[in-house]
Amino acid sequence: MEPRISIINKRLQNVKRVIVVASGKGGVGKSLISSGLALHLSKKGCRVGLLDLDFYGPSSHIILGVHDVFPKEDKGLIPPKISGISFMSLVFFTKDKPAPFRGGDITNVILELLAITQWGSLDFLIIDMPPGIGDETLDVLRFIKKSEFLVVTTSSKVAYGAVEKLLVILKEQKIPLLGVVENMKQGSSSIIEDEIVSRDIRYLGSILFDTHIEDAIGNTDNLLKTTFMKELAVCFDRIFF
Amino acid sequence: MHEWALAESVLSAAQENAEKEHFKTIKEITIRLGELQQIEQDIFEFALKELAKTEGKKLKHVKFHFEQEKSMLQCTRCEHTWGFDEMKKTLGVDESEAIHFIPEIAFVHARCPKCASPDFDIIKGRGVSISSMKGS
Repeated sequence: MEPRISIINKRLQNVKRVIVVASGKGGVGKSLISSGLALHLSKKGCRVGLLDLDFYGPSSHIILGVHDVFPKEDKGLIPPKISGISFMSLVFFTKDKPAPFRGGDITNVILELLAITQWGSLDFLIIDMPPGIGDETLDVLRFIKKSEFLVVTTSSKVAYGAVEKLLVILKEQKIPLLGVVENMKQGSSSIIEDEIVSRDIRYLGSILFDTHIEDAIGNTDNLLKTTFMKELAVCFDRIFF
Repeated sequence: MHEWALAESVLSAAQENAEKEHFKTIKEITIRLGELQQIEQDIFEFALKELAKTEGKKLKHVKFHFEQEKSMLQCTRCEHTWGFDEMKKTLGVDESEAIHFIPEIAFVHARCPKCASPDFDIIKGRGVSISSMKGS
C-alpha cells in the first residue's frame, strides 16, 4: 500500500491557495513568472512558498539566486527562505546535475516531495511546472485538489498552438483556471487575447518583452525593479487583491 | 528527522484503509523498508509509536512489524542487475543522503556499473510501503 498519498492534504492544509503556473509550451517564461509572482506576493506581505516541479530544466533557483542552502530537517523538510519565500526544489538533492527520470520516477519524486515537505502556514504556494500535459501536470491534478491554474503563453502562434491543448484539457476537466497571461509580448496584435476570450477564458494581460531582464536574473532586489515586475503586478493584482 | 514525516504518512494511510475495511481497531501494521531509502528503523519505529499515541483511537494498541527489502536495480540498456551495496561504493556522503530523502536521486548520482547508462529501473527495495495490516 502506498502510504504517501494520504498525507498530502495534511501537508497542504494550512496553505490557503495553490497556484500552478503552467503552459503547454516551453520557453514562454513560466519560471520567471512563478518566481516573479512569488516575490511580488511576498513583498505585498503574503506568506508565500515556491515549489519547482520542472525536474528536467529547473530554473527558479537560478532566477532567485539560490546558493549554499538546504532544507532544514525537522519532522520532514522545512524549505529554506529565499527573499522571504519558502523555496523547495529538487536541485537541493541533485546538486544541479541532470535528472534523467522516466514517468513513474517523476510520480515518485512528486509524491516524496509533497509527503515530506513541511510548508507550514502559507497564503500562496506557487508551483513552477514543466511544459506540457504529461506526468507532472497529471500528478498535480491528481494529488493537489486545491490547484488553481495560471497559464502562460507568448504572442507566438506556435506557442499558443501548444498552450491551447493545455487549456482544452483544463476546461474539459473543470479545473479552476485563473486565466492566461501573454508574456514577452512584442507588437500590438490582439490575436492571442481574442483566441483566449473566444474560449471564455480570462485574459489577464500582457507583459512586454523586457530587454534588461537578463541583467536582473539571480538578484531579487534587481528583479523587483524591472519593467517585467511592474507589468506582472498589473496582470496579477487584479486577481489576487 | 524526515523519518517522522514518512511515519505520519504510514499512519494516515493505515487509518484511511481501516475506514474502508470498517476496522474499529488496527492491531498490527507490517511496513516494508526498501534499502535504497536507508531508513533508520529505530528512529522510524520511535516516530511511529509516538505518533500512534496521538493520531486517533484506532491506533491505541497497534503493533508494528518491519520487513527489510534489499534493493535491485536493472539497467534498461544492458539488463545488468545490481544493488545499493554496490552503488554506494561510488557515492559520496551527500549523494547517499540525497538518495535517503528521495530514492530517485539514484538516477542523478549513479550509473549502471557495467555500461555506465543512467537509464535503469528500481526493480525493488525503493522505500517505505505498507505490506499488510490487521484490524478488527
